[in-house]
Amino acid sequence: MKPTTISPLSLKRVLALPPQLRSRTFSILNRPPPNYAGHVPLTLVERGALALGSAFGSLRNPHRHDLIAALGEATAKPYFVSRLRRAMLENPTGRRILKDQPRISSQTMSLEKLRQLPDNTVGRAYAAWLDREGVTPDTRDAVKYIDDPEEAYVMQRYRETHDFTHAITGLPVIIEGELAIKAFEFANTVLPMTALSLVAVVRLKPIERKRFFETYLPWALSNGLKAEEVVNVYWEEELATDVDVLRRRLGIEKPPDLREIRQVLKDQKKAEKAAREARERLGAATGV
Amino acid sequence: MTSLAPRAAKRLRLSNTPRSVCTDCRRTFASSVRAQQQQQPASSQHARQDEKTTHFGFDTVAENLKASRVAAVFSSVASNYDTMNDLMSLGIHRLWKDHFVRSLNPGIRPTTSAQPQGQRILDIAGGTGDIAFRMLDHATNINRDTQTSVIVSDINPEMLGEGRKRFSTSPYQAAGRVSFMEANAEQLDQVESNSIDLYTVAFGIRNFTHKQKALEEAFRVLKPGGVFACLEFAPNLNNPVMNAVYKRWSFGAIPLIGQIVAADRDSYQYLVESIEKFPSQQEFAGMIRDAGFLLPGQRPEDEVVKAGWEDLTMGIAAIHKGVKPA
Repeated sequence: MKPTTISPLSLKRVLALPPQLRSRTFSILNRPPPNYAGHVPLTLVERGALALGSAFGSLRNPHRHDLIAALGEATAKPYFVSRLRRAMLENPTGRRILKDQPRISSQTMSLEKLRQLPDNTVGRAYAAWLDREGVTPDTRDAVKYIDDPEEAYVMQRYRETHDFTHAITGLPVIIEGELAIKAFEFANTVLPMTALSLVAVVRLKPIERKRFFETYLPWALSNGLKAEEVVNVYWEEELATDVDVLRRRLGIEKPPDLREIRQVLKDQKKAEKAAREARERLGAATGV
Repeated sequence: MTSLAPRAAKRLRLSNTPRSVCTDCRRTFASSVRAQQQQQPASSQHARQDEKTTHFGFDTVAENLKASRVAAVFSSVASNYDTMNDLMSLGIHRLWKDHFVRSLNPGIRPTTSAQPQGQRILDIAGGTGDIAFRMLDHATNINRDTQTSVIVSDINPEMLGEGRKRFSTSPYQAAGRVSFMEANAEQLDQVESNSIDLYTVAFGIRNFTHKQKALEEAFRVLKPGGVFACLEFAPNLNNPVMNAVYKRWSFGAIPLIGQIVAADRDSYQYLVESIEKFPSQQEFAGMIRDAGFLLPGQRPEDEVVKAGWEDLTMGIAAIHKGVKPA
């Protein structure tokens, strides 16, 4: 087959090509066959519309995780998911992950077995985090809009290991925690969707926003940049590893426990409210 | 340079590539899926050779499975059905339905009535109650007919649930003028023969597994002189330029809107594919005539079907009517 070089397109050149080679891009009515099960090839216009629609849709309703997933897929090409795949190929563990293509679901991750692991192991922390937050490993959508099957797998792997990142950093599923994780993932994976989701900062309460900008964002950016690529961790093999050992190996510090901070503040507010009400009642009773 | 060839082929996305193109950059996962697709192109449901198959959108499925696949689609779209209709047709579906009901003019003025108990209307695939509501409003408000009743029938309980919700606060529910029936249009055992004045089906018949059977059931349940009316999408527009634009909207924008608004691309992909598979206006009018109906505007002795339908919005939708001979 004659190697085709990328030369500037002129009409004469294009018409001189045989019919098959002329259709370099496809149209809505003439989609190529899918490259893997569930693949939906999109034209550039469709991808742009999907990116816009899912961006605004997920901002309006952050519970639409499928829109966040779609946004990730629509903005991953060109370059970003390819860069992530290259980062995996440059690392021996990453290469093994790409060869084996393990999937994480409730079938492949037995939660009962994980709960029985010793405390402070990755697997135990993962199971404990899932129980604490009330989620299961089955809530991840399948990748549909990325054309290359291996890059689609990279995206799927990133999505499925998101919960492990939660587990080793200890950040909760509430919007504050998710934003901190997204900032960390942006510094670590450079996927555009992670940066775009940070727009959701406008949905935080003022005190939460202050906490985010003062503590969690700096933590996320500095740790994400200096840490190893988290996508290269073969989680299935690290389940029995000690969490502190893994964190040290990756170069991640544990951030302050967000749920604890919120609980302390909530208790403080409750105490203050009770004290204030007591004073008012006393004031009303004594007429002061 | 030769090592660039497989990558170049991948970059070019040749749609007719022979399967022997170098796939060392593709993983076994993808190529085994593709090999499986090549071995079983005909059926995604492992239909045996002797089982009859039909189309489900562009897929081919065993006949007995189509109804359940359609059921799954409509259970999934039920809750956003009306919002999605507005988005997909840019609100025009309301105009179509209004025109459909007005042209049928349901209801009989009580003073001239030879039928004091009002008309019995059967609305098939009427799940969310759009048409039924319009019929009752028209009969009550325009024709001052407070007796006409509508039976809303649908095969899907979720769609019927949406209809019940819509009617729950209406006076028609209280007056007992609307009832709900979960039934398959191909087998309306609960409805007596020759008992219905007006049989309507709006945007439902393209999902039926056996359209001809549904038409024959319609013929059975209608009274002599009763009217069959069907509002449905047509596969092609009359104007080729508008048709090109319409097709791109259907296959590009509609599944995308389905993904963003309803989190369900696949159901809306099925919907646009099912429109594509529907017979043309003339063919469908022929099917209605074959079921025994008289087509308005068509002489019974003419072989070629020339009338019996009305195009809406350049042929995006069409209203087909038939009358059961007396």
